[in-house]
Amino acid sequence: MFKRTDDIGETITLKVDGKPVRARTGDTVAAAMLAAGVDHCRTTPVTGAPRAPYCLMGVCFDCLVTIDGVGSRQGCLVPVREGMAVETQIGRREAGR
Amino acid sequence: MAGSDYDVAVVGGGLVGAATCWGLAREGLKVALLDEGDRAVRASRGNFALVWVQSKGLGLAAYAGWTIRSSNAWRGFADLLKQETGLDVCFQRPGGFHLCLSEKELEARANNLRRLHGQPGIVEYRTEMLDHGQVAKMLPDIGPEVVGASYCPLDGHVNSLRLFRTLHAAINARGVTYLPSHRVENIAKEGGEFRLATAHGEIRAGKVALAAGNANMRLAPMVGLEAPMRPERGQIVVTERLRPFLNYPVVTLRQTDEGTVMIGDSKEESTDPTGLTLGVSATEAERAVRQFPLLRNVNVVRTWSAIRVMTQDGFPIYDESESHPGAFVLCCHSGVTLCANHALTVAPMIARGALDTSLVAPFSARRFHVQADG
Repeated sequence: MFKRTDDIGETITLKVDGKPVRARTGDTVAAAMLAAGVDHCRTTPVTGAPRAPYCLMGVCFDCLVTIDGVGSRQGCLVPVREGMAVETQIGRREAGR
Repeated sequence: MAGSDYDVAVVGGGLVGAATCWGLAREGLKVALLDEGDRAVRASRGNFALVWVQSKGLGLAAYAGWTIRSSNAWRGFADLLKQETGLDVCFQRPGGFHLCLSEKELEARANNLRRLHGQPGIVEYRTEMLDHGQVAKMLPDIGPEVVGASYCPLDGHVNSLRLFRTLHAAINARGVTYLPSHRVENIAKEGGEFRLATAHGEIRAGKVALAAGNANMRLAPMVGLEAPMRPERGQIVVTERLRPFLNYPVVTLRQTDEGTVMIGDSKEESTDPTGLTLGVSATEAERAVRQFPLLRNVNVVRTWSAIRVMTQDGFPIYDESESHPGAFVLCCHSGVTLCANHALTVAPMIARGALDTSLVAPFSARRFHVQADG
């Protein structure tokens, strides 16, 4: 879907739903997921419709994911880190996660 | 009332007024509902949506019985609304909790309930004091600081925004004439009918029912009634939608049918509906996290303040005018809890033209007069 326009340079590895994903240092979680071809990062709380990162600037909240066990993080505002565990958020968030 | 435009003009389109209209329309009357506009100060859009019994009636025993009557009627009322509109207001009555975060709070709670249930003439119903372990069996996610709670099986909640919408859909379907932006400036009784002056002209009706919340204070004297009010501001904190974890409403915290958690029971002596006291929201959130630690990292998506409709002693006022027969006033804080009563009990009384004193005499505003003659 998306192609990087320049050399990926220095990389780190994070996990998305348990699978390793290579990302560029400085990517946001949302950018890394889009670059890796992930087509949705969550489903909505009411109808279960799939959602992907949209505004990429912290406004639309469509990129919500679970990061290192904490739900409803805005993927577009969180820089990737080596070993980070990202999970697709299915429907309503579970309190305590 | 020959020649009047309507049998009854109801003033105020919130939960109390809309429920009253619905009940009047069910009696076959021709009803007009005079409401303010979109920017009305409206408790029906800001309330906490409990259908609540425990704690009600300390200081006026009859209020406990009146509240239980509505709580018991609520299931059938919700079913009727669903039949008529297809809308589900999500009424649930699993019982409710009042959680205590210290031994001192727990003791104060138990004392209050003893005083409440020890009053002469109080209706008998069950409210239990539970310790931490007993509460944890029903609310497994409580924190260690919850030392105990009171529990009443008659408590419940609804989706109150949907209730508001549903009532308006129901009265519309029953042919009630809804008149928004019709703030009532004056009411006069002339030629056996009431004339209600608004910026959009005069509305004439055989009877008038005032259900305008705190504004009843201004309107009631126009028809020889009184409604001494003491408006109060409350604030609510709303979280993002969460998977269901809370099967019972708590007096300060509930999970809605749609998954959001509403937090709040603050009281401030303020009549400004546009402001918000941040410290109050912070305290509400802090207590909520102590009650349910799993809420610690949950995102808040909204906070709001709203003005409670509150009479000077906190109990409802239902009165009919002696000087202006056919004029009625309805004031109460608990527009959600008492909604079934207003629709099914009070509205038919207004339709008949006389309040049933065996049910509502204790709620006359005459109680505010030291020299009351009964």
